[in-house]
Amino acid sequence: MSFTDLLNTNFVHWVDSARAPESDIVISSRVRLARNLRRIPFPHMLDENTGKKCVEDIKNAWKNSTETRGMNIVFFNQIPLIDRQILVEKHLISPNHAQSDSNYRGVLVNDVGSIAIMINEEDHLRIQCILPGLQMEEASKRAQKIDDDLENNLDYAFNEKRGYLTSCPTNVGTGMRASVMLHLPGITISGQTNRIFQNINQLGMTIRGLYGEGTEIVGNFYQLSNQVTLGLTEEDIIYNLTSIARQIVEQERIIREKLKVQMQYQIEDRIGRAYGIITNAKVITSNEALSLLSDVRLGVNLGIIKDIKSFTLNELIVAIRPAHLQKRTGKEMTAVERDITRAEVIKEKLNAAGSK
Amino acid sequence: MYCQECKQKPATVFLTQMFNGKKIEMHLCEECAAKKGGSLFDIDSQFSVSNLLGTLLGTNYNLQQAVTPSANVKQCPGCQMSLKNISQTGKLSCAECYTVFEKEIEPTLRRIHGNSRHIGKIPVRGGEKVLVKNKIAQLKSQLQKAVANEEYEKAAEIRDSIKDMQNQL
Repeated sequence: MSFTDLLNTNFVHWVDSARAPESDIVISSRVRLARNLRRIPFPHMLDENTGKKCVEDIKNAWKNSTETRGMNIVFFNQIPLIDRQILVEKHLISPNHAQSDSNYRGVLVNDVGSIAIMINEEDHLRIQCILPGLQMEEASKRAQKIDDDLENNLDYAFNEKRGYLTSCPTNVGTGMRASVMLHLPGITISGQTNRIFQNINQLGMTIRGLYGEGTEIVGNFYQLSNQVTLGLTEEDIIYNLTSIARQIVEQERIIREKLKVQMQYQIEDRIGRAYGIITNAKVITSNEALSLLSDVRLGVNLGIIKDIKSFTLNELIVAIRPAHLQKRTGKEMTAVERDITRAEVIKEKLNAAGSK
Repeated sequence: MYCQECKQKPATVFLTQMFNGKKIEMHLCEECAAKKGGSLFDIDSQFSVSNLLGTLLGTNYNLQQAVTPSANVKQCPGCQMSLKNISQTGKLSCAECYTVFEKEIEPTLRRIHGNSRHIGKIPVRGGEKVLVKNKIAQLKSQLQKAVANEEYEKAAEIRDSIKDMQNQL
């Protein structure tokens, strides 16, 4: 695995869920730390000169930190938009960050894509660790370790009262945003989302769609993350998020069991139909694919569909998105062409896995 | 009612267009409306978020202005930005802004986080003073305990190390 492989295959570390805890419901865990350098204006205020200075400091820290030395550093004037979009679809950088082709914006990423440090996105550094399944503590531990190591070579903007200083006041303090991606078909089918999610805001957390802020819920994927970053310790944030996630996972399991027992025929029918459509479709949109794949995934989890691994299903979340489809065909495509290629990709992956 | 164009999402936008002198009225969802209306709807999620924060900061700014009229001309020496610039973007411009506009930002932080004081991780570099202060606070409570337990020798030792540390600050 190398950085080139990361850009040219469907693989990224969080897809590999075989031995990850709670991976039947929790797709991935992510921890992000926002950090800024003391004497340099925040990224939206940078120009060519200050940007250059900032990059020099970061490059110096990258070379001198044992944790980051072996990682790949890339600036966005060096790779085309399509490659930046690949990184977005692998959840390694934000969509806004990918829009820039500036020579002082970029990313520091390891070969498997479990660590991605965005350079000069909203903050000078956004250290992220993304792991499969429910592994918040481990993700936090790894991100903190990199933070400690980088800090030996950088002067962070820190203030006793406000903690780590960030360009947006919503991140100040710990600079930590922790999130889990959950697949909750049971809770959704049974119409219990409101009941289960109603108090989450009061706990300083928020729940959103698969692609983050302002996106709608597709494929029954939800993202749970902390809102409050100031006045809590890092351990509190991780502990709170993990315990809420565990409670949701437990509810989802209970509902799935009930569905299986009380609505056996309806559930098997729904899953069978979804499998039938998705393995025979010739033209399929991203949203339709995601919602059918959600039913197939539920079928796999309930043991109704056999021989499909969760790895394949996770890989498909990435593989059916526009930039990955374009990489596969090697040319720019219209929406309809993408829908055709998407149907091919899904069929190929599911048939190879199921072979029935 | 569902969108008349895609028939899938709920219609949230009522669009009226003049076409060849005829008036056309349609109920659409935001996405279809954006396609039809073109430049009429410039949907930019980033914009709305920063705007919202700008409004939060803006209200403080108005309050401050009423109390101290000089607040609007106060500039951060680090980046030359005023509170007005900050409330427009919803972002602070440099680390120093947090100190310069400390009072003005306080209520905003409370509104967002319910708190305004950091209790988490402290960097070793740049955080030395904070680490020392925390250590002193720790020693002071140990000192009280030692006195309460009548361990005067130990108390004297602790008192000396507190003095040492205070000299470091």
